[in-house]
Amino acid sequence: MKLLTGNDLASGAVTWWTGNGWSIHVEDAIDVDEHGDAVLAVEEAARRVNAPYIIDAVGTAEGPRPAHIKDRIRALGPTVRPDLTLKPADPNAGDWVI
Amino acid sequence: MGELRFRDDEALEQPAVTLDAFLDQSNATAVRLEPDEDARLLIPHLERLALVEVAFPKFRDGRGYSSARILREAGYKGELRAQGDVLVDQLLYMRRCGFDSFAPEKPLDAAVVESTLSRFDNVYQGAADAAVPVWKLRHG
Amino acid sequence: MYKYDTYDQAIVDARVAEFADQVRRRLAGEITEDQFKPLRLMNGLYLQLHAYMLRVAIPYGTLDSRQMRMLAHIARKYDRDYGHFTTRQNIQYNWIKLDDAPAILADLATVEMHAIQTSGNCIRNISSDQYAGAAADEIADPRPWAELLRQWSTFHPEFSYLPRKFKIAVIAADEDRAAMRLHDIGIQLVERDGKLGAAFYVGGGMGRTPMVAPLIKDYVPIEDFLSYSEACLRVYNRHGRRDNIYKARIKILIHELGAQEYARQVEEEFAHVKTLGIDPPAAELERISAFFAPPAFEAGLSDEIDRTDPDFAVWLDQNVKAHKQPGYAIVNISLKKTGEIPGDASSAQIDVMADIAEAYSFDELRVTHAQNIVLPHVAKRDLYTVWQKLVDADLAAPNLDLISDIIACPGLDYCSLANARSIPIAQKIAQRFADLDRQRDLGELKLKISGCINACGHHHAGHIGILGVDRKGTENYQLSLGGSGAEDTSLGKITGPGFDEDGVVDAVERVTDKYLELREGGERFLDTYRRVGFDPFKEAIYG
Repeated sequence: MKLLTGNDLASGAVTWWTGNGWSIHVEDAIDVDEHGDAVLAVEEAARRVNAPYIIDAVGTAEGPRPAHIKDRIRALGPTVRPDLTLKPADPNAGDWVI
Repeated sequence: MGELRFRDDEALEQPAVTLDAFLDQSNATAVRLEPDEDARLLIPHLERLALVEVAFPKFRDGRGYSSARILREAGYKGELRAQGDVLVDQLLYMRRCGFDSFAPEKPLDAAVVESTLSRFDNVYQGAADAAVPVWKLRHG
Repeated sequence: MYKYDTYDQAIVDARVAEFADQVRRRLAGEITEDQFKPLRLMNGLYLQLHAYMLRVAIPYGTLDSRQMRMLAHIARKYDRDYGHFTTRQNIQYNWIKLDDAPAILADLATVEMHAIQTSGNCIRNISSDQYAGAAADEIADPRPWAELLRQWSTFHPEFSYLPRKFKIAVIAADEDRAAMRLHDIGIQLVERDGKLGAAFYVGGGMGRTPMVAPLIKDYVPIEDFLSYSEACLRVYNRHGRRDNIYKARIKILIHELGAQEYARQVEEEFAHVKTLGIDPPAAELERISAFFAPPAFEAGLSDEIDRTDPDFAVWLDQNVKAHKQPGYAIVNISLKKTGEIPGDASSAQIDVMADIAEAYSFDELRVTHAQNIVLPHVAKRDLYTVWQKLVDADLAAPNLDLISDIIACPGLDYCSLANARSIPIAQKIAQRFADLDRQRDLGELKLKISGCINACGHHHAGHIGILGVDRKGTENYQLSLGGSGAEDTSLGKITGPGFDEDGVVDAVERVTDKYLELREGGERFLDTYRRVGFDPFKEAIYG
């Protein structure tokens, strides 16, 4: 699957296209299929996202899992500071990244 | 605003010829310098020049700043124009390097131009403008 | 240390206002990201993996307690309670919001700090020797000249859109504690016939094509120091490559022209620039130098130190260095506690360091390019008290220059440029070698890790270097040996095929085991490597 991701312009937070908006949770991301470029252009021009790009991901039971470790780190947070990630209470969250 | 000019004299109506053409011709008074061209080639001809237009095809390519200063350091008093991808946030440095006219591809917001150029009262280093560097103010 | 006058303050305040307006215009859509990016980079603001990252300048690594406390404040108020000290003596915050940046810069300006030109294709923070003003071997404190360079380079109208970034280091001793020859310009203050001057090394750097800077001019009279620098930069701005981002540093220009031809072009430009009158008068240097006068040392202090406490003695031997003033010492605070993140400090720890510096180090601290902190002027009678306070704050790791004193870039955990994570590797290596006796037996061993070819971890200059790469979507680690960022500057040699995360830790251990087997006398690892060569180590690694 293809996910559209970027950063929120004002806050810098990593965001994922949900189909009708942006979420900081990759679980909310949809498969943009062939429409990614068109959505990207509209959203970037409207400044609802900054530095957007499209990535490969695999659908899993827990939701989309980005194909590249870099985007998994973006999705969750730094592997070396679990307390600063989106899932600080989950001891297995790091396994999903690595 | 489109063109921006900080000179009292009349703008030259003549088109700027290429550097090669200028060095060939005896009657051109306006020349256009590309980023990779050597401004020092113009030094023997400064008295016949009324306009030097320095091209900025991309604002990140900063060679034009050196070209401008070199010409001013050589005593060039004519119009020195920055043309192309000229954005308001580079105007102050361009002015300091000796540019006194601007032909941006995209129009500039007059209010932003004004605030940009008036924001810094002090400069740290001497350049091609009349601004007195701070070390000189400190010691007279 | 330098204190702003009204001019310095006005300049920084104007910059704060300028950037606030640029942020406003970006958020309002009046400028595009492409137009905004160089502007925010020239205010130290990157868009990184998790958020914006702000790199605050610590000019030549020197700051006082008030400034340190502000850094802690920024961490608490705008970030997530910690900061990362960098290999260019700056500090980075990883969780910054763009719309907070103007307020952060305004706060910093109240204590004479800023993020000016800590990124972008311009002249960056001027770095220097972290022992400046305290070491006996310097011919002068290099920092007044670093301050002159700072002012000259700040908002330089001609050199703000260079082909690429530009890094300058200034030292004043033969022992190079600032990796001077791995900078775009490395300057060593020297004396000739009793007159001060500067030797210019130009064209060093790490990254994709590391190079040691050749000597371009062995003696520039000190009064011409800025004119010569201007000439060096102008030649670069005019002729540095702009067609390929990986060939755009000045080291490539000098490599392609040859050092001699570059020196000739600079000499020509220098002859012209000297006529422009851009060098400040001696009075300005005197004014600046006065800020770097030695602190009011007490005379007649004892050099005796009570070593009864064995843990204190270990720390003393490893982290404390000789000071030129009798009765005083230089204290190194390691930010490399085993298991922690190299170079990171919590806001609480930053506050503790501020307090200690204020009370025991004439209110001065330094940041080193090895991501550690220095208290430059501590009376020996206070060392035990200082150590106890450091112990309480978890800042007393006695591992300066040992294998666990690792330089590591933030890597793929934080950095959008990275190919691999570097911090976990550093942690694993530190854990493997956690036994302090074992570390002390290995002795001086500078291990440096970069998560990508940009080499922010300075791995080329590591006695042991590790480079993280992306091998078909998986993190892979290349080992190199024999680099040095000291005056015996050398670039590390890649050993061979790379390793996975655990494999590289094992490989490092095979290297250190081999060293122990082969060393003679009091040789450091680097000395043994240089004596016996690459092959015995290569064989030990790969069999």
